[in-house]
Parts: sequence; C-alpha cells; structure tokens
Amino acid sequence: MPTKSGPSRRRFLTTGLVAGIAATTAKADPITDVQPWAQGLGKGVDERGYGMPSPHESHVLRKSVPWLVAETKSSINFTPLHQLDGIITPNGLAFERHHSGVAEIDPAEYRLMINGLVDRPMVFTLQDLMRFPRHNKVYFLECTANSGMEWRGPQLNGVQFTHGMIHNVMYTGVMLRDVLAEAGIKTEGKWLLAEGADAAGLSRSIPLEKALDDCMIAFKMNGEALRPEQGYPARLVVPGWEGNMWIKWLRRLEVGDQPWHHREETARYTDLLANGASRRFTWVMDAKSVITEPSPQAPVSHGKGPLVITGLAWSGQGVIPRVDVTLDGGINWHKARVDGPSLDKSLHRFYYEFDWDGSPLFLQSRAHDNTGYVQPTKDALRVIRGEVSNYHNNGIQTWAVYSSGEVENVEIS
Amino acid sequence: MWKYLSVFIMLSTPLAALNVGRIASPLEVAAWDIDVRPDGLGLPEGAGTVAEGEVIFEEQCAACHGDFGEGVGRWPILSGGFDTLTSERPIKTVGSFWPYLSTVWDYISRAMPFGYAQSLSPDEVYALTAYIMFLNDLVDDEGFELSRDNFLEIPLGNEANFYDDDRETTEYPFFTDACMSKCKPSVEITKNASGKDVTPE
Ligand code: HEC
Repeated sequence: MPTKSGPSRRRFLTTGLVAGIAATTAKADPITDVQPWAQGLGKGVDERGYGMPSPHESHVLRKSVPWLVAETKSSINFTPLHQLDGIITPNGLAFERHHSGVAEIDPAEYRLMINGLVDRPMVFTLQDLMRFPRHNKVYFLECTANSGMEWRGPQLNGVQFTHGMIHNVMYTGVMLRDVLAEAGIKTEGKWLLAEGADAAGLSRSIPLEKALDDCMIAFKMNGEALRPEQGYPARLVVPGWEGNMWIKWLRRLEVGDQPWHHREETARYTDLLANGASRRFTWVMDAKSVITEPSPQAPVSHGKGPLVITGLAWSGQGVIPRVDVTLDGGINWHKARVDGPSLDKSLHRFYYEFDWDGSPLFLQSRAHDNTGYVQPTKDALRVIRGEVSNYHNNGIQTWAVYSSGEVENVEIS
Repeated sequence: MWKYLSVFIMLSTPLAALNVGRIASPLEVAAWDIDVRPDGLGLPEGAGTVAEGEVIFEEQCAACHGDFGEGVGRWPILSGGFDTLTSERPIKTVGSFWPYLSTVWDYISRAMPFGYAQSLSPDEVYALTAYIMFLNDLVDDEGFELSRDNFLEIPLGNEANFYDDDRETTEYPFFTDACMSKCKPSVEITKNASGKDVTPE
C-alpha cells in the first residue's frame, strides 16, 4: 500500500488544474441564471484569421526542464500529454528539439541537393518536390532520449516530462524513393546521409534499404505547412525509428557505400552499457506505453466513483494489438480498450474505465506489439543494459495514486 | 572526344519518370557537400598544428568549452573522462568515448563555433582537431601537425567498443512476459520522485 509522503502540497495546488476546473463548474450551479454567452453577441468571423484555443486553455503548453542544458538553442521541450486525448498531437504542442535553434527558411530559397553515388547529382526546389505523387501517413516521432532521465529511478513528477518527447501527426509528403529515383542510385550505394539546413547541419546515416522502403519527405503536418520548429519547409520522415534521424529543414541527401559515423550516431544516440561497450545504430523505437491520466500533473479531482484511465501506446515495429492495465502494481492485469484508429507506427489511444473505491492504486500499462514483443519493466531493461545508457528507455511506468487523488512517479517492487 | 562522349552518355541515360528538378553543378556540389567520413572521404587539403589550434581555441571556443576543454558551466566537456565509461557517471569525450577522429573534424567544421557555423577554414579545423587531440593526450607535442596525409593513421581508443544493434537476440526473445493474474505476491514502493524538486512548475 502506498504510504509514502505525497508530492508537496504547493506542487499539488499549482498542478491541480483539474481541481480548478471542478471549482469553476461548481460556481455555475444551480443553473438558474442566463449565462452571458447565451445573451450577448460573440466575436464575428475574421476576428482571428488563424484560430487559437480558448483562453481557458492557455495553460496547455509545451514546457522544458531548464536545468537539463546550458541554454535554449540546443535544448528540448515536452508535449503536454496529460492534457491531450485521441492520437493526434496539435501542431503547436508537438515537442521541439533543436541543436542550433529554429532555422527560419524562405521557401523560395529552399533547395534540396542529392549527390554522392548517383547517376545525376540534382537540385530540387520545394515546388519540384510537390510534383511527385503525394502520400498521407500518421506516424509517431519519439526522441530516443524520451524517459532517459528516469534510468536511475524516478526523477520528474509529470508524464509531460517523463514521456513528452513524442508527437504524432499526419504527414503529407512524397516518398523518398521517388525523389532518389530522379537522381538514379548507383549499384554501390548502400547508405544515405541526410543533412539539415540549420546551423547544426544535423546529419545522420540511414541504410538505403530503409530509405527506399517507407521514408518520406514531408512538407505538411496535420494538413498545414510544417511548423518552423518541425523543419519548415521540408523534413525527413523515418517511420518507427528514433526522432534524431528525422532530419528537419532537409537540405541534402548523399548516397554512399558506408555509414558516415557522424556526431549524432557516435558521441550521441549510441547506447553505453554497464560493461563500457556501446551499441550503435539502435534505430527502432521499441513498444512502449504510458498512462497519461491520471498522472502527477493530472490528479484525480472528483473523488471515488467512475474513473477513466487513459494513455498512449506505440511501437516502431508496427501496430499495438493489445494494451494491459494494472491497478495494483502488476499483481493482476486487465485488458484495456484501444479506441480510435490502429495505424502502423502511430500512437494508439487506450482506456480503462472502472469504479474507484478511493483506495490507493499503483497504475501501470503494458503494450504488446504485432511482433509478440511485450513492453518490459524498467528493471528488466537495467539487467541487460545497466543504468547509464540514456536512450531507449521503454520500461513500464508506475504512477502511485493516493486516496487524496494526488499522483506520484514511483518505482515498485 | 572521350569527354564529349561521356557527356553524351550521361544525357542519354534514361531519365527517371518525372524529369523534375535540375542537375547540380560541380561547383554547387563542392560548396554543399561538407561531410567527412572515417575512410577520409570528404577530407579537404590542408593542415594545422596543436599550437595553431590552441590560439584559435582560446579565441573562438574556450568561452564555452574552457581553456582545456573542461567545459564552462553546463557547456559540453571536450576532454578527459578517461576510464569513466564503466562508472556511475560516465564522462563521454573525444578522448574517452568517440570512436573516430573524422567525426571531430566533420562536427567542428559543420556546427562550431556554436552560432557561427561553417565559418572555419580547413586549416583551422585541422588545427582545432589537433588541439583537441592534444587536450585528450592523443599527442603530446605542441608542434604536431595534423593534415590530410596523416589523418587516417590516427585511431581513437574506443572504436573497438562499439557494435551494431543486437536487441533482436539480446532482448526481444526475453521481453514476452504477459502474466495476467497473481503475477507477484505483493508490491511496495522502492523509489519515488517526490522530494527531488527537479520537476518544473
Ligand atoms: C557559445 C558556446 C560555444 C562555443 C563558442 C563553441 N561551442 Fe562547441 N558546443 C557548444 C554546444 C552548445 C554544443 C552542443 C551542441 C548540441 O547540443 O548539439 C557544442 C558541441 C561541441 C563539440 C561536440 C561535443 C560532444 O560531446 O558532442 C565539439 C567537438 C565542439 N563543440 C567544439 C567546438 C570548437 C572547436 C569550438 C571553437 C571553434 C566551439 N566548439 C565553440 C557550444 C559552443
């Protein structure tokens, strides 16, 4: 039974936004008055050429963890997963990771070069790219370092910070293989270097097999132009593989016969194991899930009775046929209800509804993917990898729910 | 004659379906193709010594990385960390962790100094790479000159400790536990996040 002292009262009050909403609801009762919006006229059309969320939603924001890095231009922030539902991440809330700030590119000056082991080195404008056949795909993008701060134990008290380096949008773009075909790949070509136009010139080696399979060059997300912070005007989409490879502001593709071993695939994004050796080219994001609500930033505000548990599950290998949820820390498990589309390499939304008697809970979720892989515990990962590998932490997350409704990030026996 | 013939062959190569885009000129490719690979592909002509690198480093790098690559504040550390990879707090530097020297050259040339990328000449990048080698005890002579000619002769110590993703054999077969009931006798909290005070508001 969780008997630990809970999160500080102050933190609970400041993060207890759900409680705040409950209070507002109470303020309206009994519902005998004519409410102001039922009487006066609202704003007309064109008031906001680009619509914004209700002012009551102004607290729904990406947030960073300031102590993580030296400053904001090489930094990361986190998607507020606890405030979202369904599977699509709104464009303005998709987490950001930049290595040299956001490149602001004039689409008229945008160029993509293809060179290396090709028959014809080529240059494409954005307009050129849009003349290839277009495809629409919903894919998750997860930073390899998602949950990376949690390797040694629970650190951050909020699903936004433990799991928010992920987003899931619909991309419109063209198949990379179609664009590469214009340049003509030489038979010695085995690898592709993708390079960004930002001041980091971010570069990654991608095996040609993957590049020619399902990779895309995208210029739209959720129907509108990519946001500058997501690579406007064009980015690489590398389905199911680590976010760092999805080169934003894509400016160049070079075909080669071997990998480049650049900084982002040697010094970074390699997995250091306890014995001092390191795995490299660990591209696939393994099956993972997390309960987004209740969670430390989204405590239970309504007391006992019907309680909706919801969360996200995903796998870089394909789809999620099943998610299990436990209320007692893994003694007994229940099958959750996956709702909404089950798309390849996309977030899946799950729910588990039950009648809460107000007693403390240990909530966990466990994803299964179409290969038969079952999301492991954090300890199972530690046995194999140790605690210093930073990346690819897809272990099962535990939330302790206390009788008060407060929720805490914990690990359990 | 052969030159014209090869141009003719190039143009007559069946163009891919759409014929969209244009041919990149050799000048454009030379200007944009900035990458360097461990086998030396992409390394330009040039050379620089440890002593020359030290001067540039003090002017353009030390404000963030420290005079000896020790890192100022939370800016990245570039030197030392030897024998820390199996410790609780590994320090990953060019000397302790990076597998290839070409990565140092490539990264400095494409991304540093932070905020003024692609501004260094090849000679300056050779010199800075030589100085970072010096800071990491890879050379001990300030007169040491790094150039395209001797570049490939310098292996970094940790190269052999990298191996390709093996999760398919070392992890996937073991991650299949889907027990549904009475999976363990009891549950207790072993670690918790409260009190650490690291979560932003
Ligand atoms: C304004 C601060 C600043 C200056 C000046 C600067 N750097 Fe950096 N350096 C950084 C940051 C920030 C990073 C990490 C960038 C990222 O996160 O991708 C970095 C990364 C590096 C790295 C890779 C470190 C690693 O472990 O991955 C090297 C090597 C490097 N810098 C060399 C240089 C050199 C050489 C110069 C001078 C020509 C220089 N830097 C100037 C801030 C600076």
